[in-house]
Amino acid sequence: MSTPTESPHSAAPADAQAPPRGEPVSGRADAVAGKPPGMVATVAALLRKELLVELRTLESVPGMSLFALTTFVVFHFALNRNSVDGDLAAGILWVTLLFAAILGVNRLFVADADQGGFDGFLLAPVDRGAMLVAKALALLAYLVVLELVAVPAFALLLLGPSLPNALPSLFGVLALGDVGVAAIGTLVAALAVRTRARDLLGPLLALPLLVPIVIGGARATSPLFATHATAPAARWLLTLGLYDLVFGLIAYALFDFLLED
Amino acid sequence: MYGKGLRALSISTVAVMAIALSLVFFYAPLDAEQGFLQKIFYVHVPLAIVALCGFVAGAIMAIAHLRTRDPRWDMRSYVAIHMSLIFGVGTLITGSIWAKGSWGHWWVWSEPTLVSFLIVFLLYATYQPLRFAIEDPERQARYASVFAITAGAFVPMNFIAVRLSTAYLHPRVLGSTSNLPGPMALTFAVSLLGIALLYTTLCRYELTAKHTRAQLRDLRRRLSGETVDTQTRRPRSAAPTLHPTAMHPTATMTARAVGRPGA
Repeated sequence: MSTPTESPHSAAPADAQAPPRGEPVSGRADAVAGKPPGMVATVAALLRKELLVELRTLESVPGMSLFALTTFVVFHFALNRNSVDGDLAAGILWVTLLFAAILGVNRLFVADADQGGFDGFLLAPVDRGAMLVAKALALLAYLVVLELVAVPAFALLLLGPSLPNALPSLFGVLALGDVGVAAIGTLVAALAVRTRARDLLGPLLALPLLVPIVIGGARATSPLFATHATAPAARWLLTLGLYDLVFGLIAYALFDFLLED
Repeated sequence: MYGKGLRALSISTVAVMAIALSLVFFYAPLDAEQGFLQKIFYVHVPLAIVALCGFVAGAIMAIAHLRTRDPRWDMRSYVAIHMSLIFGVGTLITGSIWAKGSWGHWWVWSEPTLVSFLIVFLLYATYQPLRFAIEDPERQARYASVFAITAGAFVPMNFIAVRLSTAYLHPRVLGSTSNLPGPMALTFAVSLLGIALLYTTLCRYELTAKHTRAQLRDLRRRLSGETVDTQTRRPRSAAPTLHPTAMHPTATMTARAVGRPGA
Protein backbone atom coordinates (compact mmCIF):
# COMPACT_ATOMS: atom_id res chain seq x y z
CA MET A 1 0.00 0.00 0.00
CA SER A 2 1.09 3.62 0.20
CA THR A 3 2.36 5.96 2.86
CA PRO A 4 -0.18 8.12 4.66
CA THR A 5 1.43 11.29 3.37
CA GLU A 6 1.04 10.26 -0.23
CA SER A 7 -2.26 8.32 -0.11
CA PRO A 8 -2.96 8.18 -3.82
CA HIS A 9 -5.90 5.82 -3.29
CA SER A 10 -8.24 8.31 -1.81
CA ALA A 11 -8.14 10.13 -5.11
CA ALA A 12 -11.62 10.91 -6.30
CA PRO A 13 -12.98 14.01 -7.98
CA ALA A 14 -14.24 15.37 -4.69
CA ASP A 15 -11.16 14.61 -2.64
CA ALA A 16 -9.05 17.60 -1.75
CA GLN A 17 -5.75 15.73 -1.33
CA ALA A 18 -6.01 13.67 -4.47
CA PRO A 19 -3.37 13.75 -7.21
CA PRO A 20 -5.87 14.50 -9.98
CA ARG A 21 -7.23 17.32 -7.89
CA GLY A 22 -6.57 20.04 -10.39
CA GLU A 23 -7.42 17.85 -13.34
CA PRO A 24 -11.15 18.19 -13.95
CA VAL A 25 -10.88 21.96 -13.58
CA SER A 26 -13.48 22.68 -16.21
CA GLY A 27 -15.81 20.14 -14.55
CA ARG A 28 -15.33 21.86 -11.22
CA ALA A 29 -16.02 25.27 -12.59
CA ASP A 30 -19.16 23.94 -14.24
CA ALA A 31 -20.27 22.36 -10.98
CA VAL A 32 -19.89 25.71 -9.23
CA ALA A 33 -21.99 27.28 -11.93
CA GLY A 34 -24.67 24.64 -11.27
CA LYS A 35 -23.85 22.35 -14.15
CA PRO A 36 -22.34 18.98 -13.26
CA PRO A 37 -19.39 17.79 -15.36
CA GLY A 38 -20.29 15.65 -18.32
CA MET A 39 -19.89 11.91 -18.60
CA VAL A 40 -16.80 12.06 -20.79
CA ALA A 41 -15.01 14.51 -18.49
CA THR A 42 -15.85 12.41 -15.44
CA VAL A 43 -14.70 9.18 -17.04
CA ALA A 44 -11.49 10.85 -18.22
CA ALA A 45 -10.78 12.21 -14.74
CA LEU A 46 -11.47 8.88 -13.05
CA LEU A 47 -9.48 6.92 -15.62
CA ARG A 48 -6.57 9.29 -15.25
CA LYS A 49 -6.69 8.81 -11.49
CA GLU A 50 -6.80 5.02 -11.87
CA LEU A 51 -3.83 4.90 -14.19
CA LEU A 52 -1.92 7.40 -12.06
CA VAL A 53 -2.51 5.34 -8.93
CA GLU A 54 -1.42 2.19 -10.74
CA LEU A 55 1.69 3.91 -12.10
CA ARG A 56 2.64 5.14 -8.64
CA THR A 57 1.89 2.03 -6.65
CA LEU A 58 2.41 -0.65 -9.34
CA GLU A 59 0.02 -2.87 -7.45
CA SER A 60 -1.77 -4.80 -10.16
CA VAL A 61 -0.08 -5.01 -13.55
CA PRO A 62 3.40 -6.21 -12.52
CA GLY A 63 1.84 -8.82 -10.27
CA MET A 64 -0.49 -10.00 -13.03
CA SER A 65 2.35 -10.23 -15.56
CA LEU A 66 4.65 -12.06 -13.18
CA PHE A 67 1.82 -14.43 -12.33
CA ALA A 68 1.30 -15.20 -16.02
CA LEU A 69 5.01 -15.91 -16.55
CA THR A 70 5.16 -18.18 -13.53
CA THR A 71 2.04 -20.00 -14.67
CA PHE A 72 3.68 -20.79 -18.03
CA VAL A 73 6.60 -22.34 -16.14
CA VAL A 74 4.16 -24.30 -13.99
CA PHE A 75 2.37 -25.54 -17.11
CA HIS A 76 5.68 -26.64 -18.61
CA PHE A 77 6.36 -28.90 -15.64
CA ALA A 78 2.75 -29.93 -14.99
CA LEU A 79 2.24 -31.08 -18.59
CA ASN A 80 5.85 -32.18 -19.10
CA ARG A 81 5.92 -30.53 -22.52
CA ASN A 82 8.57 -28.34 -24.07
CA SER A 83 6.22 -26.94 -26.67
CA VAL A 84 2.48 -26.97 -27.20
CA ASP A 85 0.20 -26.21 -30.15
CA GLY A 86 -3.46 -26.17 -31.18
CA ASP A 87 -6.14 -26.69 -28.52
CA LEU A 88 -3.64 -27.21 -25.73
CA ALA A 89 -1.78 -23.98 -26.50
CA ALA A 90 -5.01 -21.99 -26.72
CA GLY A 91 -6.21 -23.47 -23.45
CA ILE A 92 -2.99 -22.70 -21.60
CA LEU A 93 -2.94 -19.13 -22.86
CA TRP A 94 -6.57 -18.44 -21.98
CA VAL A 95 -6.49 -20.08 -18.56
CA THR A 96 -3.34 -18.17 -17.68
CA LEU A 97 -4.74 -14.85 -18.89
CA LEU A 98 -8.03 -15.50 -17.10
CA PHE A 99 -6.42 -16.24 -13.74
CA ALA A 100 -4.05 -13.31 -14.11
CA ALA A 101 -7.05 -11.10 -14.92
CA ILE A 102 -8.79 -12.30 -11.78
CA LEU A 103 -5.82 -11.09 -9.74
CA GLY A 104 -6.44 -7.64 -11.18
CA VAL A 105 -10.21 -7.93 -10.68
CA ASN A 106 -9.71 -8.74 -7.01
CA ARG A 107 -7.66 -5.59 -6.45
CA LEU A 108 -9.75 -3.28 -8.62
CA PHE A 109 -11.93 -1.67 -5.94
CA VAL A 110 -10.01 -2.53 -2.77
CA ALA A 111 -8.48 0.92 -2.44
CA ASP A 112 -11.82 2.63 -3.02
CA ALA A 113 -13.55 0.51 -0.40
CA ASP A 114 -10.80 0.73 2.22
CA GLN A 115 -9.63 4.31 1.80
CA GLY A 116 -12.83 6.21 1.17
CA GLY A 117 -12.72 6.44 -2.60
CA PHE A 118 -16.39 5.44 -2.85
CA ASP A 119 -17.45 8.15 -0.38
CA GLY A 120 -15.52 10.77 -2.28
CA PHE A 121 -17.01 9.67 -5.57
CA LEU A 122 -20.55 9.60 -4.21
CA LEU A 123 -20.21 13.17 -2.97
CA ALA A 124 -19.40 14.38 -6.46
CA PRO A 125 -22.37 15.46 -8.58
CA VAL A 126 -21.62 13.06 -11.41
CA ASP A 127 -23.19 10.04 -13.07
CA ARG A 128 -22.30 6.91 -11.11
CA GLY A 129 -22.00 4.89 -14.28
CA ALA A 130 -18.85 6.91 -14.97
CA MET A 131 -17.05 4.93 -12.30
CA LEU A 132 -17.93 1.64 -14.00
CA VAL A 133 -16.75 2.90 -17.38
CA ALA A 134 -13.52 4.28 -15.92
CA LYS A 135 -12.79 1.14 -13.91
CA ALA A 136 -13.57 -1.11 -16.86
CA LEU A 137 -11.30 0.96 -19.11
CA ALA A 138 -8.56 0.80 -16.49
CA LEU A 139 -8.96 -2.97 -16.22
CA LEU A 140 -8.90 -3.16 -20.02
CA ALA A 141 -5.63 -1.24 -20.02
CA TYR A 142 -4.18 -3.61 -17.40
CA LEU A 143 -5.22 -6.59 -19.52
CA VAL A 144 -3.64 -5.14 -22.65
CA VAL A 145 -0.35 -4.56 -20.81
CA LEU A 146 -0.58 -8.04 -19.33
CA GLU A 147 -1.01 -9.52 -22.81
CA LEU A 148 1.85 -7.46 -24.22
CA VAL A 149 4.03 -9.27 -21.71
CA ALA A 150 2.36 -12.66 -21.55
CA VAL A 151 1.78 -13.41 -25.24
CA PRO A 152 5.42 -12.90 -26.36
CA ALA A 153 6.57 -14.81 -23.29
CA PHE A 154 4.18 -17.62 -24.17
CA ALA A 155 5.47 -17.71 -27.76
CA LEU A 156 9.02 -17.82 -26.44
CA LEU A 157 8.56 -20.38 -23.67
CA LEU A 158 5.89 -22.81 -24.76
CA LEU A 159 4.36 -22.23 -28.18
CA GLY A 160 5.53 -24.64 -30.89
CA PRO A 161 4.32 -22.99 -34.13
CA SER A 162 5.63 -19.53 -34.89
CA LEU A 163 3.49 -16.67 -33.69
CA PRO A 164 3.93 -13.75 -36.15
CA ASN A 165 1.55 -15.09 -38.84
CA ALA A 166 -1.22 -15.51 -36.30
CA LEU A 167 -0.64 -12.19 -34.60
CA PRO A 168 -3.30 -9.97 -36.27
CA SER A 169 -6.11 -12.48 -35.70
CA LEU A 170 -4.88 -13.21 -32.19
CA PHE A 171 -4.94 -9.50 -31.46
CA GLY A 172 -8.59 -9.32 -32.53
CA VAL A 173 -9.66 -12.35 -30.48
CA LEU A 174 -7.83 -11.11 -27.38
CA ALA A 175 -9.35 -7.65 -27.76
CA LEU A 176 -12.88 -9.09 -27.92
CA GLY A 177 -12.19 -11.29 -24.91
CA ASP A 178 -10.67 -8.44 -22.93
CA VAL A 179 -13.74 -6.25 -23.34
CA GLY A 180 -15.93 -8.97 -21.85
CA VAL A 181 -13.51 -9.70 -19.02
CA ALA A 182 -13.28 -5.98 -18.25
CA ALA A 183 -17.07 -5.51 -18.15
CA ILE A 184 -17.93 -8.55 -16.07
CA GLY A 185 -14.74 -8.26 -14.00
CA THR A 186 -15.60 -4.73 -12.95
CA LEU A 187 -19.14 -5.65 -12.00
CA VAL A 188 -18.01 -8.69 -10.01
CA ALA A 189 -15.24 -6.71 -8.34
CA ALA A 190 -17.74 -4.09 -7.20
CA LEU A 191 -20.10 -6.83 -6.03
CA ALA A 192 -17.46 -8.67 -4.03
CA VAL A 193 -15.37 -5.85 -2.62
CA ARG A 194 -17.61 -4.92 0.28
CA THR A 195 -18.34 -8.43 1.42
CA ARG A 196 -16.48 -10.15 4.21
CA ALA A 197 -14.94 -12.86 2.04
CA ARG A 198 -14.05 -10.68 -0.94
CA ASP A 199 -10.88 -12.51 -1.93
CA LEU A 200 -12.85 -15.71 -2.12
CA LEU A 201 -16.10 -14.43 -3.59
CA GLY A 202 -14.53 -12.45 -6.43
CA PRO A 203 -13.03 -15.47 -8.22
CA LEU A 204 -15.99 -17.68 -7.30
CA LEU A 205 -18.40 -15.26 -8.96
CA ALA A 206 -16.14 -14.38 -11.86
CA LEU A 207 -15.08 -17.84 -13.04
CA PRO A 208 -18.48 -19.28 -14.04
CA LEU A 209 -19.50 -15.95 -15.54
CA LEU A 210 -16.36 -15.94 -17.69
CA VAL A 211 -16.77 -19.50 -18.99
CA PRO A 212 -18.36 -18.30 -22.28
CA ILE A 213 -15.32 -16.05 -22.81
CA VAL A 214 -12.99 -19.00 -22.32
CA ILE A 215 -15.06 -21.14 -24.69
CA GLY A 216 -15.17 -18.46 -27.39
CA GLY A 217 -11.60 -17.30 -26.87
CA ALA A 218 -9.97 -20.71 -26.71
CA ARG A 219 -11.91 -22.10 -29.66
CA ALA A 220 -11.11 -19.04 -31.75
CA THR A 221 -7.43 -19.15 -30.79
CA SER A 222 -6.75 -22.86 -31.29
CA PRO A 223 -6.71 -22.80 -35.14
CA LEU A 224 -4.27 -19.89 -34.92
CA PHE A 225 -1.88 -22.01 -32.85
CA ALA A 226 -2.18 -25.10 -35.05
CA THR A 227 0.85 -26.23 -37.03
CA HIS A 228 -0.91 -25.04 -40.19
CA ALA A 229 -2.64 -21.96 -38.91
CA THR A 230 -6.12 -21.19 -40.20
CA ALA A 231 -8.46 -18.31 -39.49
CA PRO A 232 -10.79 -18.60 -36.48
CA ALA A 233 -14.41 -19.48 -37.17
CA ALA A 234 -16.65 -16.44 -37.27
CA ARG A 235 -19.15 -17.90 -34.80
CA TRP A 236 -16.62 -17.69 -31.95
CA LEU A 237 -15.94 -14.04 -32.64
CA LEU A 238 -19.69 -13.54 -32.79
CA THR A 239 -20.13 -15.29 -29.43
CA LEU A 240 -17.47 -13.07 -27.87
CA GLY A 241 -19.01 -9.96 -29.40
CA LEU A 242 -22.49 -10.88 -28.20
CA TYR A 243 -21.16 -11.57 -24.71
CA ASP A 244 -19.37 -8.20 -24.64
CA LEU A 245 -22.51 -6.40 -25.72
CA VAL A 246 -24.92 -8.15 -23.35
CA PHE A 247 -22.76 -8.00 -20.25
CA GLY A 248 -21.45 -4.53 -21.01
CA LEU A 249 -25.03 -3.26 -21.00
CA ILE A 250 -25.98 -5.30 -17.92
CA ALA A 251 -22.96 -4.09 -15.97
CA TYR A 252 -23.76 -0.50 -16.90
CA ALA A 253 -27.42 -0.89 -15.93
CA LEU A 254 -26.73 -2.55 -12.58
CA PHE A 255 -23.62 -0.76 -11.37
CA ASP A 256 -25.56 2.18 -9.88
CA PHE A 257 -27.25 -0.13 -7.39
CA LEU A 258 -23.93 -1.23 -5.95
CA LEU A 259 -22.92 2.30 -5.04
CA GLU A 260 -25.77 3.49 -2.88
CA ASP A 261 -24.25 3.58 0.58
CA MET B 1 -52.03 -13.65 3.18
CA TYR B 2 -49.35 -15.99 1.88
CA GLY B 3 -51.17 -19.09 3.08
CA LYS B 4 -54.27 -18.41 0.95
CA GLY B 5 -55.00 -21.16 -1.57
CA LEU B 6 -52.11 -23.24 -0.33
CA ARG B 7 -54.30 -26.25 0.42
CA ALA B 8 -55.87 -26.28 -3.05
CA LEU B 9 -52.47 -25.84 -4.63
CA SER B 10 -50.98 -28.71 -2.62
CA ILE B 11 -53.84 -31.04 -3.49
CA SER B 12 -53.66 -30.25 -7.19
CA THR B 13 -49.88 -30.75 -7.12
CA VAL B 14 -50.23 -34.19 -5.58
CA ALA B 15 -52.99 -35.09 -8.06
CA VAL B 16 -51.07 -33.93 -11.14
CA MET B 17 -47.88 -35.62 -9.95
CA ALA B 18 -49.80 -38.86 -9.43
CA ILE B 19 -51.35 -38.63 -12.89
CA ALA B 20 -47.94 -37.82 -14.40
CA LEU B 21 -46.27 -40.80 -12.73
CA SER B 22 -49.01 -43.21 -13.76
CA LEU B 23 -48.78 -41.91 -17.33
CA VAL B 24 -45.01 -42.37 -17.23
CA PHE B 25 -45.20 -45.95 -16.03
CA PHE B 26 -48.40 -47.28 -17.62
CA TYR B 27 -49.24 -45.14 -20.65
CA ALA B 28 -46.07 -43.86 -22.32
CA PRO B 29 -44.60 -46.47 -24.68
CA LEU B 30 -41.11 -47.83 -24.18
CA ASP B 31 -38.46 -46.04 -26.21
CA ALA B 32 -37.27 -48.13 -29.15
CA GLU B 33 -33.56 -47.49 -28.53
CA GLN B 34 -33.25 -46.87 -24.82
CA GLY B 35 -36.08 -48.92 -23.39
CA PHE B 36 -37.13 -48.35 -19.80
CA LEU B 37 -34.18 -46.06 -19.10
CA GLN B 38 -35.70 -43.37 -21.29
CA LYS B 39 -38.45 -42.84 -18.68
CA ILE B 40 -36.05 -40.78 -16.56
CA PHE B 41 -36.50 -38.21 -19.31
CA TYR B 42 -39.95 -37.39 -17.87
CA VAL B 43 -38.33 -36.34 -14.58
CA HIS B 44 -34.97 -35.00 -15.67
CA VAL B 45 -36.06 -32.63 -18.42
CA PRO B 46 -38.98 -31.03 -16.52
CA LEU B 47 -36.72 -30.57 -13.49
CA ALA B 48 -34.14 -28.81 -15.67
CA ILE B 49 -36.72 -26.64 -17.43
CA VAL B 50 -38.41 -25.64 -14.19
CA ALA B 51 -35.08 -24.91 -12.46
CA LEU B 52 -33.93 -22.68 -15.32
CA CYS B 53 -37.29 -20.89 -15.45
CA GLY B 54 -36.99 -20.43 -11.69
CA PHE B 55 -33.57 -18.81 -12.10
CA VAL B 56 -34.95 -16.45 -14.74
CA ALA B 57 -38.02 -15.75 -12.58
CA GLY B 58 -35.64 -14.95 -9.71
CA ALA B 59 -33.93 -12.42 -11.98
CA ILE B 60 -37.27 -10.82 -12.91
CA MET B 61 -38.25 -10.58 -9.24
CA ALA B 62 -34.85 -9.05 -8.52
CA ILE B 63 -35.59 -6.40 -11.16
CA ALA B 64 -38.88 -5.74 -9.37
CA HIS B 65 -36.97 -5.46 -6.10
CA LEU B 66 -34.51 -2.94 -7.45
CA ARG B 67 -37.33 -0.90 -9.00
CA THR B 68 -39.67 -0.85 -6.00
CA ARG B 69 -37.21 -1.48 -3.12
CA ASP B 70 -39.89 -3.68 -1.61
CA PRO B 71 -38.11 -6.33 0.52
CA ARG B 72 -40.87 -8.79 -0.30
CA TRP B 73 -39.61 -8.97 -3.87
CA ASP B 74 -36.16 -9.78 -2.56
CA MET B 75 -37.70 -12.54 -0.48
CA ARG B 76 -39.50 -13.96 -3.53
CA SER B 77 -36.35 -13.77 -5.61
CA TYR B 78 -34.40 -15.54 -2.87
CA VAL B 79 -36.98 -18.29 -2.56
CA ALA B 80 -37.18 -18.80 -6.34
CA ILE B 81 -33.40 -19.14 -6.64
CA HIS B 82 -33.12 -21.27 -3.53
CA MET B 83 -35.75 -23.70 -4.80
CA SER B 84 -34.20 -23.74 -8.28
CA LEU B 85 -30.88 -24.72 -6.74
CA ILE B 86 -32.55 -27.70 -5.08
CA PHE B 87 -34.22 -28.65 -8.37
CA GLY B 88 -30.83 -28.14 -10.01
CA VAL B 89 -29.25 -30.77 -7.77
CA GLY B 90 -32.06 -33.10 -8.85
CA THR B 91 -31.41 -32.31 -12.51
CA LEU B 92 -27.69 -33.02 -12.23
CA ILE B 93 -28.26 -36.29 -10.38
CA THR B 94 -30.92 -37.58 -12.78
CA GLY B 95 -28.85 -36.43 -15.75
CA SER B 96 -25.86 -38.27 -14.39
CA ILE B 97 -27.89 -41.45 -13.94
CA TRP B 98 -29.22 -41.16 -17.47
CA ALA B 99 -25.72 -40.60 -18.86
CA LYS B 100 -24.41 -43.64 -16.99
CA GLY B 101 -27.30 -45.74 -18.28
CA SER B 102 -27.17 -44.76 -21.93
CA TRP B 103 -23.48 -43.92 -22.51
CA GLY B 104 -21.76 -45.77 -19.71
CA HIS B 105 -20.24 -42.72 -18.03
CA TRP B 106 -21.47 -40.72 -15.07
CA TRP B 107 -20.58 -37.52 -16.84
CA VAL B 108 -20.41 -36.73 -20.56
CA TRP B 109 -19.02 -33.49 -21.89
CA SER B 110 -20.71 -33.96 -25.25
CA GLU B 111 -24.17 -33.18 -23.91
CA PRO B 112 -24.26 -29.38 -24.14
CA THR B 113 -27.46 -28.93 -22.17
CA LEU B 114 -26.13 -30.81 -19.17
CA VAL B 115 -22.75 -29.05 -19.31
CA SER B 116 -24.41 -25.63 -19.53
CA PHE B 117 -26.59 -26.58 -16.63
CA LEU B 118 -23.55 -27.44 -14.54
CA ILE B 119 -21.97 -24.05 -15.26
CA VAL B 120 -25.19 -22.23 -14.40
CA PHE B 121 -25.49 -24.32 -11.24
CA LEU B 122 -21.92 -23.49 -10.20
CA LEU B 123 -22.64 -19.80 -10.71
CA TYR B 124 -25.83 -19.88 -8.65
CA ALA B 125 -24.07 -21.89 -5.96
CA THR B 126 -22.29 -18.64 -5.07
CA TYR B 127 -25.60 -16.83 -4.48
CA GLN B 128 -25.94 -17.85 -0.86
CA PRO B 129 -22.25 -17.36 0.05
CA LEU B 130 -22.57 -13.86 -1.43
CA ARG B 131 -25.62 -13.08 0.67
CA PHE B 132 -24.00 -14.59 3.73
CA ALA B 133 -20.92 -12.41 3.35
CA ILE B 134 -22.90 -9.13 3.55
CA GLU B 135 -24.20 -8.25 6.97
CA ASP B 136 -26.31 -5.16 6.35
CA PRO B 137 -29.72 -6.61 5.32
CA GLU B 138 -30.58 -3.76 2.97
CA ARG B 139 -27.28 -4.00 1.12
CA GLN B 140 -27.47 -7.79 1.15
CA ALA B 141 -30.80 -7.61 -0.65
CA ARG B 142 -29.54 -5.03 -3.16
CA TYR B 143 -26.34 -6.90 -3.99
CA ALA B 144 -28.20 -10.20 -4.21
CA SER B 145 -30.59 -8.64 -6.72
CA VAL B 146 -27.71 -7.35 -8.83
CA PHE B 147 -26.24 -10.84 -8.80
CA ALA B 148 -29.60 -12.46 -9.62
CA ILE B 149 -30.13 -10.21 -12.65
CA THR B 150 -26.60 -10.76 -13.98
CA ALA B 151 -26.89 -14.50 -13.50
CA GLY B 152 -30.37 -14.55 -15.04
CA ALA B 153 -28.99 -12.95 -18.21
CA PHE B 154 -26.07 -15.36 -18.09
CA VAL B 155 -28.37 -18.40 -18.38
CA PRO B 156 -29.29 -17.99 -22.09
CA MET B 157 -25.85 -16.58 -22.99
CA ASN B 158 -24.12 -19.60 -21.50
CA PHE B 159 -26.44 -22.02 -23.28
CA ILE B 160 -25.60 -20.42 -26.63
CA ALA B 161 -21.85 -20.62 -26.01
CA VAL B 162 -21.80 -24.21 -24.73
CA ARG B 163 -24.14 -25.47 -27.44
CA LEU B 164 -21.95 -23.94 -30.15
CA SER B 165 -18.86 -25.55 -28.65
CA THR B 166 -20.16 -29.10 -28.60
CA ALA B 167 -20.08 -31.44 -31.53
CA TYR B 168 -23.24 -33.50 -31.67
CA LEU B 169 -21.78 -36.94 -31.14
CA HIS B 170 -24.75 -38.62 -29.55
CA PRO B 171 -28.33 -39.10 -30.64
CA ARG B 172 -30.16 -36.31 -28.94
CA VAL B 173 -33.29 -36.99 -26.99
CA LEU B 174 -33.11 -33.67 -25.18
CA GLY B 175 -34.17 -30.74 -27.27
CA SER B 176 -36.05 -32.87 -29.73
CA THR B 177 -39.28 -32.84 -27.78
CA SER B 178 -41.17 -31.34 -30.70
CA ASN B 179 -40.96 -34.58 -32.69
CA LEU B 180 -41.96 -36.91 -29.89
CA PRO B 181 -44.77 -39.34 -30.72
CA GLY B 182 -48.17 -38.32 -29.31
CA PRO B 183 -48.37 -40.43 -26.11
CA MET B 184 -44.83 -39.47 -25.13
CA ALA B 185 -45.51 -35.79 -25.76
CA LEU B 186 -48.66 -35.93 -23.65
CA THR B 187 -46.84 -37.68 -20.79
CA PHE B 188 -44.03 -35.16 -21.01
CA ALA B 189 -46.47 -32.23 -20.90
CA VAL B 190 -48.24 -33.60 -17.82
CA SER B 191 -44.90 -34.30 -16.11
CA LEU B 192 -43.75 -30.77 -16.85
CA LEU B 193 -46.97 -29.40 -15.41
CA GLY B 194 -46.57 -31.59 -12.32
CA ILE B 195 -42.99 -30.49 -11.65
CA ALA B 196 -43.90 -26.85 -12.27
CA LEU B 197 -46.75 -27.15 -9.78
CA LEU B 198 -44.41 -28.83 -7.30
CA TYR B 199 -41.97 -25.93 -7.66
CA THR B 200 -44.71 -23.35 -7.16
CA THR B 201 -46.11 -25.15 -4.14
CA LEU B 202 -42.73 -25.53 -2.46
CA CYS B 203 -41.95 -21.85 -3.10
CA ARG B 204 -45.29 -20.85 -1.62
CA TYR B 205 -44.67 -23.02 1.43
CA GLU B 206 -41.26 -21.46 2.00
CA LEU B 207 -42.67 -17.94 1.57
CA THR B 208 -45.52 -18.70 3.94
CA ALA B 209 -43.14 -20.13 6.52
CA LYS B 210 -40.85 -17.12 6.37
CA HIS B 211 -43.75 -14.69 6.51
CA THR B 212 -45.35 -16.48 9.44
CA ARG B 213 -42.07 -16.55 11.30
CA ALA B 214 -41.68 -12.81 10.81
CA GLN B 215 -45.22 -12.20 12.05
CA LEU B 216 -44.67 -14.44 15.04
CA ARG B 217 -41.47 -12.68 15.97
CA ASP B 218 -43.18 -9.34 15.65
CA LEU B 219 -46.07 -10.43 17.84
CA ARG B 220 -43.76 -11.93 20.44
CA ARG B 221 -41.76 -8.74 20.56
CA ARG B 222 -44.86 -6.62 21.01
CA LEU B 223 -46.12 -8.97 23.70
CA SER B 224 -42.96 -8.52 25.71
CA GLY B 225 -43.34 -4.76 25.34
CA GLU B 226 -40.11 -4.44 23.44
CA THR B 227 -39.99 -1.40 21.22
CA VAL B 228 -36.31 -1.22 20.42
CA ASP B 229 -35.34 -2.05 16.88
CA THR B 230 -33.66 -5.44 17.08
CA GLN B 231 -32.15 -5.12 13.62
CA THR B 232 -28.71 -5.00 15.19
CA ARG B 233 -29.22 -8.29 17.01
CA ARG B 234 -30.36 -10.04 13.87
CA PRO B 235 -28.52 -13.34 13.50
CA ARG B 236 -26.29 -13.48 10.46
CA SER B 237 -28.06 -15.27 7.68
CA ALA B 238 -28.07 -15.77 3.94
CA ALA B 239 -31.84 -15.79 3.87
CA PRO B 240 -33.69 -12.49 3.91
CA THR B 241 -36.05 -11.89 6.80
CA LEU B 242 -39.10 -9.71 6.59
CA HIS B 243 -38.65 -7.20 9.34
CA PRO B 244 -41.16 -4.52 10.31
CA THR B 245 -38.54 -1.79 9.83
CA ALA B 246 -37.32 -3.37 6.64
CA MET B 247 -40.73 -2.66 5.16
CA HIS B 248 -39.70 0.98 4.92
CA PRO B 249 -36.33 0.94 3.27
CA THR B 250 -36.30 4.70 2.75
CA ALA B 251 -36.52 5.33 6.48
CA THR B 252 -33.53 3.15 7.29
CA MET B 253 -31.59 4.57 4.38
CA THR B 254 -32.07 8.16 5.52
CA ALA B 255 -31.13 7.21 9.04
CA ARG B 256 -27.94 5.64 7.75
CA ALA B 257 -27.12 8.61 5.58
CA VAL B 258 -27.58 11.01 8.49
CA GLY B 259 -25.69 8.80 10.89
CA ARG B 260 -22.64 8.46 8.73
CA PRO B 261 -19.65 10.59 9.79
CA GLY B 262 -18.89 13.30 7.28
CA ALA B 263 -16.68 11.92 4.55
